[in-house]
Amino acid sequence: MSNTILEVIDLKTYYIEKNRVVKAVDGVSFSINEEETFGLVGESGCGKSATCRSLIGLVHKPGEIVNGCINYKGTDLLKISPKELEKIRGSEMGMIFQEPMTALNPVLKIKEQIMESFKDKALSKQQKYEKAIELLRLVGIPSPEKRMESFPHQFSGGMRQRVMIAIALASKPRLLLADEPTTALDVTIQDQIIKLLNDLKRELKMSMILVTHDLGVAAQMCDRMAVMYAGNIMEITDAVTLFGSPRHPYTIGLLNSLAVNKEKGGKLQPINGAPPDLSNMPEGCPFAPRCQYCEPLCEKQLPDLQEIEPGHLSRCRCVEKLANIKGIIEPAGKEEPS
Amino acid sequence: MNELNYIIKRLLQIIPVLFCVTVLIFIMMRLIPGDPALVMLGDKGSPETIAAMRHQMGLDQSYLTQYWIFLNNLLHMNLGKSVYYNQPVSELIQQKILVTITLTIVSTILAILISFPLGYLSGINRGNLKGQIINAGSLVAVSLPSFWIGLLFLILFGLKLGWFPIAGWGQTWPEHIYSMILPGLTQALATCALLIRNIQNSVSDILKKDYVDFAYSKGLPRKIVRSRYIIKNVMVSTVTLFSMRIAYMLGGSVVIETVFALPGIGLLLLQGILGRDYAIVQGTVFIFAVIVLAMNLFTDISYSILDPRVKLQ
Repeated sequence: MSNTILEVIDLKTYYIEKNRVVKAVDGVSFSINEEETFGLVGESGCGKSATCRSLIGLVHKPGEIVNGCINYKGTDLLKISPKELEKIRGSEMGMIFQEPMTALNPVLKIKEQIMESFKDKALSKQQKYEKAIELLRLVGIPSPEKRMESFPHQFSGGMRQRVMIAIALASKPRLLLADEPTTALDVTIQDQIIKLLNDLKRELKMSMILVTHDLGVAAQMCDRMAVMYAGNIMEITDAVTLFGSPRHPYTIGLLNSLAVNKEKGGKLQPINGAPPDLSNMPEGCPFAPRCQYCEPLCEKQLPDLQEIEPGHLSRCRCVEKLANIKGIIEPAGKEEPS
Repeated sequence: MNELNYIIKRLLQIIPVLFCVTVLIFIMMRLIPGDPALVMLGDKGSPETIAAMRHQMGLDQSYLTQYWIFLNNLLHMNLGKSVYYNQPVSELIQQKILVTITLTIVSTILAILISFPLGYLSGINRGNLKGQIINAGSLVAVSLPSFWIGLLFLILFGLKLGWFPIAGWGQTWPEHIYSMILPGLTQALATCALLIRNIQNSVSDILKKDYVDFAYSKGLPRKIVRSRYIIKNVMVSTVTLFSMRIAYMLGGSVVIETVFALPGIGLLLLQGILGRDYAIVQGTVFIFAVIVLAMNLFTDISYSILDPRVKLQ
């Protein structure tokens, strides 16, 4: 049914400083199908945002993509010229950011920020203006004609996020990168934005990469998910399986620490310890020091990402031990199309 | 009509400030040792002529009366009469202010032309060799006193190479502008150094902002991101410092006009101080104060135009 739109192979993004190298992304591979929402989850600093930024070529110095291949519809984005990348950005690939306040230019009117985003050169100014209003209406901005003249600071947080989504969608990208799109928002607004993104994705038949540390948000949006830890992907599978029968100790730890558990009478179980220093990574599995299933070999050698059943990959050599662990929570499931 | 109210309010606020300025100049001038009549007549003056001179200058009256006359004249748009030139001060200023204004404008334009490209360049090259060279250069420029740089320029470009006139400002406009290049450059250097630092910081800050990344992620060409996202925001953070520096350069004209022998009000002020010509000093300082206050108001207004988040109220 599905065609691959983006394939990432062994991506390594390092931050190379004078006396240390921070391996933010250390050999990440995954692929995304058309019209699929793919989640990158993990705690802060695990490399999920760096992965996302690498995909669209926005890694800041001293960061550098040192290895890998980002195959978008058959083109390796790491091999093309800046001019060609410019063409892909916006019309093929768009991105929305965590902080809607800082992601909009404070000194340009919303009108200008949307209208400059249309990449179709054939459009007249008037057409752009009308399309911009249409976009604002699409993302649910009330009385868009009036808001066109406003500046970003005149919007509330949720509205700003909607404006940012409208801008990112101006040239109808086929793949939307959403870097923590709901993190900076109130919970009630969060739900609205999640619903909006889900609706837009369906309507425009886009693919989406969702970067989030919030498993609840991921559950409501993602078809498939990858759990990242210390620059590595630990587990990839579809959302239902991930929540129902996780097969990596880190994923299990994350699910145990969810507040949903508490409501069912269980206790919140934190993962003991702290993530490793990315500039001074342990030799073996980065999760080994915190892992209750850790074996001696784990501290020496990083296991491969192995397929344990079709479409379900886990980077753990103890998957057999985990086989009986039931999903800690019932899969929340994707929001049903209305 | 918020803006209009604001401007009117600000204009009214200028009045008490100007009043304080008049008190300050008046007191300070009289604190400088040396009787004006004596300075003017030198040691040749007999006690009678000195007394007559003092009477003519109104110095035999009490300080309070003197101040009252000064203030009363001001209110009638009269800046007094220079004893030295035997001419109304307002006439003198009218003749000379064009020189000072031209100097300030040329300095400002040169400062913009030099500091914006260099500041931007050092901002995007922060930390590497190119950035460090610009940094070191601006550090040197800010540390050197402008009268000394002015003299060096005069010797090198004026005397040795003969590219520029060494004194005066000519008769026609092209000559005026041409003769302002060296003084303007001298004047601009220190300001450039500060502005480069400021612009560099703000460029490297802004480059890290999400909105710049967002602009790139939309597929905007580098050129547009630079002009509409980076430079526009740099201007917002630079305009305050910049206008403060323009006011500062106006004051610096005293030094520059002296070094380059330009017949402006800076030089007039210096002559006034040296000759204890109270009317000239009071008049020119007052005019300087008015210009600086007007510049401030203008800055606040332009700030609100550049940055939509700032409201005039």
